[in-house]
Amino acid sequence: MARAATTADAFNAVAEPARRQILDLLAAGERPVNDLVALLGVAQPQMSKHLAVLRQVGLVEVRGIGRQRWYRLNGYPLKQIHDWVTQFERSWEASFDRLDAVLAELKQAELKQAELKQAALGEDEQVPIERADEENGDGNSGR
Amino acid sequence: MGTVVDKGTAVVTLPADTEILITREFDAPRHLVYRAWTTPELIKRWWGGDRGECTSAEVDLRVGGRWRYVMVANGGFEVAFHGEYTEVVPDERLASTEVYEGMPDAAALNTLTLTETGGRTTMKLLVEHSCQEHRDAHIAAGMEAGMQESMDYLEDAARSLA
Repeated sequence: MARAATTADAFNAVAEPARRQILDLLAAGERPVNDLVALLGVAQPQMSKHLAVLRQVGLVEVRGIGRQRWYRLNGYPLKQIHDWVTQFERSWEASFDRLDAVLAELKQAELKQAELKQAALGEDEQVPIERADEENGDGNSGR
Repeated sequence: MGTVVDKGTAVVTLPADTEILITREFDAPRHLVYRAWTTPELIKRWWGGDRGECTSAEVDLRVGGRWRYVMVANGGFEVAFHGEYTEVVPDERLASTEVYEGMPDAAALNTLTLTETGGRTTMKLLVEHSCQEHRDAHIAAGMEAGMQESMDYLEDAARSLA
């Protein structure tokens, strides 16, 4: 289910920064075109193109109030993007679950190694003492 | 002995038109995460997840050194990825190019960063593509794999009912 690389999907529509800014503004509420033009400092023809793309993928809806055209946000197509990323996340998560298991083993091994080292150090400390005892001792003590 | 492992969850975001950022926390110090990420025998045990079996992992861990992973996917076909290390800072940072051999024109730059807090590691993997089309194709491939897994589970479940 690869995405078609046309402007006719929400993903490409929101890839353009100016269109994201329009959506941000509309998220706060319905606005007339003139407002958007003034707030974003985009030329009217450019604004019309962006709005046409957003309308085409259903991210904005328009209605006429008097002589003004008012735009409002429709968030539903954004869900498509959310779902897309979620599937990708899941596919990585399967690898990371396995990595968790590998890490748990490495941690255990490291802990064991540290214990052995500790034990070995303990013996090392005792060895010279025992040797010293043997050398200085009377030679027949079993200790 | 009954330690409760606080399992992390992968979070994927799209910081720019050409980027994918994968963030995940691991219950281990970062030198172990780095080791698991860069040691061939260990890579083979986790890389690829449920998508197939990683049959080969070659790692020449130095700047300019190459890596190559091969996986036999569940469908039986082989997929391979390779690249070259561009930055190697042991336990901290690892950057490399990545090429999916089925789509050799779409090279990405992967940057792995590991930070450790209280024995836990936060991994960030930033994938930078050269254009949005390649970035999207990358996610679409991962998404299809995710869906394929779901289909496989569904098939197993159906078979167990038969």
